[in-house]
Amino acid sequence: MASAEKTPVTGAGPFNGILTWIDQRFPLVSLWKEHAAEYYAPKNFNFWYYFGSLAALVLVIQIVSGIFLTMSYKPDAREAFASVEYIMRDVPGGWLIRYIHSTGASFFFITVYLHMARGLIYGSYRRPRELLWIFGVVIYLALMAEAFFGYLLPWGQMSYWGAQVIINLFGAIPFIGEPLAIWIRGDYNVSDATLNRFFALHVAALPLVIIGLVAAHIMALHEVGSNNPDGIEIKNNLDPRTGTPVDGIPFHPYYTVKDTMGVAVFLIVFAAVVFFAPEMGGYFLEANNFIPADPLKTPLHIAPVWYFTPYYAMLRAVPPLFGSQFPGVAVMGAAVLIFFALPWLDRGRVKSIRYRGPRWKIAFAGLVVSFLVLGYLGVEPTTVWGAFPAGMPLVGGDYIATWVARLLTIVYFYFFLGMPWYTARDKERPEPPRVTW
Amino acid sequence: MTAIVTDQVDEKRRRMLLVATSVAGAAAGVGIAAPFVASWFPSARALAAGAPVEFDVSKIEPGQQITVEWRGKPVWILHRTKEMLDRLPGNAPLLSDPDCKEPQQPKYIKGVDRSLKPELLVCEGVCTHLGCTPNLKKEIGAASDMGPSWPGGYYCPCHGSRFDLSGRVFAGSPAPKNLVIPPYHYASGDKVVVVGEDPPKGA
Repeated sequence: MASAEKTPVTGAGPFNGILTWIDQRFPLVSLWKEHAAEYYAPKNFNFWYYFGSLAALVLVIQIVSGIFLTMSYKPDAREAFASVEYIMRDVPGGWLIRYIHSTGASFFFITVYLHMARGLIYGSYRRPRELLWIFGVVIYLALMAEAFFGYLLPWGQMSYWGAQVIINLFGAIPFIGEPLAIWIRGDYNVSDATLNRFFALHVAALPLVIIGLVAAHIMALHEVGSNNPDGIEIKNNLDPRTGTPVDGIPFHPYYTVKDTMGVAVFLIVFAAVVFFAPEMGGYFLEANNFIPADPLKTPLHIAPVWYFTPYYAMLRAVPPLFGSQFPGVAVMGAAVLIFFALPWLDRGRVKSIRYRGPRWKIAFAGLVVSFLVLGYLGVEPTTVWGAFPAGMPLVGGDYIATWVARLLTIVYFYFFLGMPWYTARDKERPEPPRVTW
Repeated sequence: MTAIVTDQVDEKRRRMLLVATSVAGAAAGVGIAAPFVASWFPSARALAAGAPVEFDVSKIEPGQQITVEWRGKPVWILHRTKEMLDRLPGNAPLLSDPDCKEPQQPKYIKGVDRSLKPELLVCEGVCTHLGCTPNLKKEIGAASDMGPSWPGGYYCPCHGSRFDLSGRVFAGSPAPKNLVIPPYHYASGDKVVVVGEDPPKGA
């Protein structure tokens, strides 16, 4: 039998015996080697490479804090709001656990957005990492669903009306929209039935999906190997003596130590927000959500939490066509789903921003600016920049912010839809034979 | 263990069995999914809560609006003044659907006032864009905070959709359609409005 032929574990002192016993019954040593001690990662990782491990850390923080919140939370429309206040006031340390969880939600998106930006900057989605990228985009979608379901649970005004708006997005789908919206809600409007099922999805279904996807994401990463800031393949240059990449270093101990450093800095920032600014001026926890849900009264200004606002601004910017608001919903959905197509839209010969040409750089700058400005516009009312004077051609009387959002939506989509054209014609610089710093 | 002797395997038969088993398994999967999917539809209790409701409208002052609840949705009952009603036809050029051609109201609701009795507007307070509740802005012009040409109406705080005092949507709003007029009728000598039920036949 194969297990009997395994070499005994050495180097663990008094634990050699027990580890050998386990290794003969479980692929302990081979898993450790494959994913840590003999997983060779490029030696030139920089600041941008912290955010993958940090996103995994936030996932753990959310799962642990979330489990403890469920011990005091009541998924019942009559009790939910009060049970959250009970956690905040009466449960020992409950305020801390709840603020860790609510702050963690925003930090999840901060780390994931930076992680995705890294992928764009260095072309990490390119062949052979397409499936790795697709797993990542699915995680992003699952995370958005998870955040949306979780946001209903405190049953405040923003919870309620946010859910109302998002579910009605599905109501805009032609033909099946209205029955679909009723099916999602389990009622004619957002109600106890909706709250109860969102709770189940938030605490059981989606966390399981996300954990499974993260496992698949990491397995796919370790199959194809990490990209790096130069966007060149370190596997093409192996050391003849060892058979390992000359520009690669073992993940453990080199990157476990580096990532631990990142974790330490991250936790300082995270704790500072949890303790000193958990509401972040209304961006992490919105003021209106401290008012219990009232189905008969919409808050005067409603906006989603900051991490959805770029897409929300696009939704608002698209005018209804043919008596249907579906085009806006479709644009918003396309803005997210288009990330899936990225590996096949890019026709550049280089991967990294370091060797990309000016056309790609301009389009990418446009993407970043449009994402940030749309994100800002999404938290503000459409009246924020006033209206054009009446009588101006085309735009007379319309809100300035609406037209800016329309323009930026086009800029956003140009990065993706223009990509096959501009990457094929770009003036790129040659990649170096070895990784650089 | 000996290896399978391949020339004794009936590949065709094996393939047929594989396909048949897969199809049967898929059918069972759909069957098992059905009750789970069905469990998400409104429960018997939620359906029962959708029954018609009655409201006394005799004490609503001119210009006053009350909000009542039907199926968990806000329903406005606005007592419109003569000035409000007189201004409705003039809104027509600014509206997306001034003649209410879209079936956003029961068949027995006709005309620019979109009501059984012109002075009382009964209207679902649910924006046709994404379901928020618009606010009543009944003042005219700049006093309404809605710009100098505002003729009185409703403003949705979520995405800025605007409606007139008959719930008809102004062109350029994100909302594609007029607000919904629910089925309703009068009872008890016109003192009571029954929301959620068509007028009795022959009435």
